[in-house]
Amino acid sequence: MRGLNQILAVTWLNLRNLPQRVGSSIVAVIGVAAVVLVFAAVLSMAKGFERTMISAGSEDTAIIMRSGSTSELNSGLSNDQTLIIADAPGVLKDGDATVMSAELYVVVDVKKKSSNTDANVPFRGVQLGAFDVRKNVAVVEGRMFETGKNEIIVGRSAQQEFAGLDTGSKIRFGQSEWDVVGAFEAGGSVSESELWTDVRVLQGAYRRGNSFQSVRVKLQSKDSLDVLETALEEDPRISADVLTEKEYYSGQAEPLSEFIKLIGYPLTILMAIGAVFGALNSMYSSVSVRGKEIATLRALGFGPISILFSTMIESTILALVGGALGGAIAYLAFNGFQVSTLNGASFSQVVFDFAVTGDLLIDGLYAALIIGALGGLFPAIRAARLPVAQALREL
Amino acid sequence: MKYFRLIWKNAWRKKIRTSLTILSVFVAFLLFALLSAIGYAFRGGVDVADAQRLIVIHKVSLINPLPMSYLNRIASVEGVQSVTYASWFGGFYQEPRNQFGQFPVDPQAYVDMYPEFNIPDEQLEAFKRNRTGAIVGQELATTYGWQVGDRIPIQATIWTKADGGRTWEFDLEGIFSSDDPRGSTALLLFQHDYFEETRAFAKGTVGWYILRVASGADPIQVANAIDLQFANSPNETKTSTEAAFAQSFMKQYGNIALIVTMILGAVFFTLLLVSGNTMSQSVRERISELAVLKTLGFSDLSVLGIVLSESILIMLMGGLLGLGLGWVLIQGIAQQMAAFLPGVFLSTTAIAGAVAMMLAAGVLAGIFPALKAMRLSIIDALARA
Repeated sequence: MRGLNQILAVTWLNLRNLPQRVGSSIVAVIGVAAVVLVFAAVLSMAKGFERTMISAGSEDTAIIMRSGSTSELNSGLSNDQTLIIADAPGVLKDGDATVMSAELYVVVDVKKKSSNTDANVPFRGVQLGAFDVRKNVAVVEGRMFETGKNEIIVGRSAQQEFAGLDTGSKIRFGQSEWDVVGAFEAGGSVSESELWTDVRVLQGAYRRGNSFQSVRVKLQSKDSLDVLETALEEDPRISADVLTEKEYYSGQAEPLSEFIKLIGYPLTILMAIGAVFGALNSMYSSVSVRGKEIATLRALGFGPISILFSTMIESTILALVGGALGGAIAYLAFNGFQVSTLNGASFSQVVFDFAVTGDLLIDGLYAALIIGALGGLFPAIRAARLPVAQALREL
Repeated sequence: MKYFRLIWKNAWRKKIRTSLTILSVFVAFLLFALLSAIGYAFRGGVDVADAQRLIVIHKVSLINPLPMSYLNRIASVEGVQSVTYASWFGGFYQEPRNQFGQFPVDPQAYVDMYPEFNIPDEQLEAFKRNRTGAIVGQELATTYGWQVGDRIPIQATIWTKADGGRTWEFDLEGIFSSDDPRGSTALLLFQHDYFEETRAFAKGTVGWYILRVASGADPIQVANAIDLQFANSPNETKTSTEAAFAQSFMKQYGNIALIVTMILGAVFFTLLLVSGNTMSQSVRERISELAVLKTLGFSDLSVLGIVLSESILIMLMGGLLGLGLGWVLIQGIAQQMAAFLPGVFLSTTAIAGAVAMMLAAGVLAGIFPALKAMRLSIIDALARA
């Protein structure tokens, strides 16, 4: 108990005379703040991207593509094959009709507002079932496209990110001209990066005959996936891969988010090492500036342990202040910051927001804590071992 | 220079402090080297692009194919010296993660179009003779340990064979390298004729055309003439220089450059604070010493120079070490990442920039303590001590 009191007393003393050492303390704080800022900023990009991709996928929707396809873009299914899927066991029916949407997925060049350069924007032809196999999709502005007409509805994110997609405007892709008749939201998911139209119209415009690229069906239950998969495997007329929509989007998200992490983590570790050096430097100088004070305390009867802990605590508190500062700046500057990038897996743009989540901030604080503890340890040992008589004689 | 020993001794006055400062500078420039090499890859090898080469793609999007019949029509446009084509195959080797460029091409015409690719003549001849032959870039051959004579199975993700199969097998007939160390060679080339007869659909089309503009002709005019030729047809084209094409493609990745710059800014700012603080601290501690130097007859300017040189010296020691290790690491990473992000390269510009930054940071961190040291009045300083 007495030891604890000593630690508290010395720590309190240290903290109160921090203002006298403000220069080097601020350096330590800013060093840690920069680490946490970079950490949170880079990884919030991966988080935001994953959130956008994964929130699109539901576990009771299956997506069926030609076997071996790595994405919708390079899949292909004939009309007959989509009918086989419609009749397969395990899929949910609404009365006689299967809850499904056979879709076509192409890419069109639209200018990005931010850079005014062409971007691969996904253009999806859907059947009306698209609204039933996906959750949370709703037209929020203008109206739904009419089947059979060159009309498109655009995702909210796409509308914000790419030029010329305001409701009421006309947009030309090659030979065909399209009316933008409305905008839809899809719970912030990847669907919001897309343009949608009637699949029959898109087939015509792209001379795809009567073919599709993917089929989405609602499953009777989560277990029905196996039933459906087995049935399609046994059918010689079709060779297809069956995935839950969630699996599909996780797979699509993986390469890019892995890449961001591959860069983000080593970067943070390197920066953290740099910050440890910074913290070490400022704590060493704090100890050397306070040499006389520490010796006095020792002479008064404070034990080496209390000196050790007080120095460590000071360093840790400085680091945590830095961590909180960096986290706050990252949150204010980056959270919700919208960007779009080319997702290599689907060769098309995904619009997403940076997500500085609570998890990330907590991880950032942990990093700060470690930097603070490491940066304080050696100076603290030196402080505790300071020879009293000699230190008192100095200066 | 004659004061070098003095500066050196001064710098190491407090060993731990100086080592720590050098280490943080080291880390900062190591990061700088890595980030600028990755940033370079994201600029899309624009420096490598050949100004006389144009790329013709479908106007709607790169994924739309163009008819094979355009070959002769493009060749007949005035100012076009030669033209060839390629397509996107988009397969993978063994596992989906092993993706790299695979293009079906006309062997001789393609190699002629890219004179920076070097391949032994007998290997090129063998490639031309073998319908299922292929050549790969040195980077790929190293990554996967391929040797001439190997049979390489590539899994198609788009191009099913007419017989329903998805595995395309190629005989490795040659390995090419690039003159330019900045250019990526993570590429597999195979015969378009084999592709054309074996694929199940989209026969009679190619992905894009590449053409060389005759010397003296204006590339922009030629590009416009080609696009005009196909205007209002079902397959309109978009022709751009290789550099513009690479750039616009890389721009699709968004503001990567901005993010890299911001990170560098944060790193640099931190670094400057750490070292600036150390410098001013060490000058503060040495006030009486500096006063003694002045008493001995050192001029104000020499004292300024000595303090400033010490700061620059510390920056250079840490910075050059960091840059050096960065350079070594990049040699390794570039190979590893070739398939995913080709063109990771530490350019001379980046190296020069880094050295300039070390000097600038040294001056910035040292200038205030140095000025303070210069203005020191001997009497005051000695009295204070």
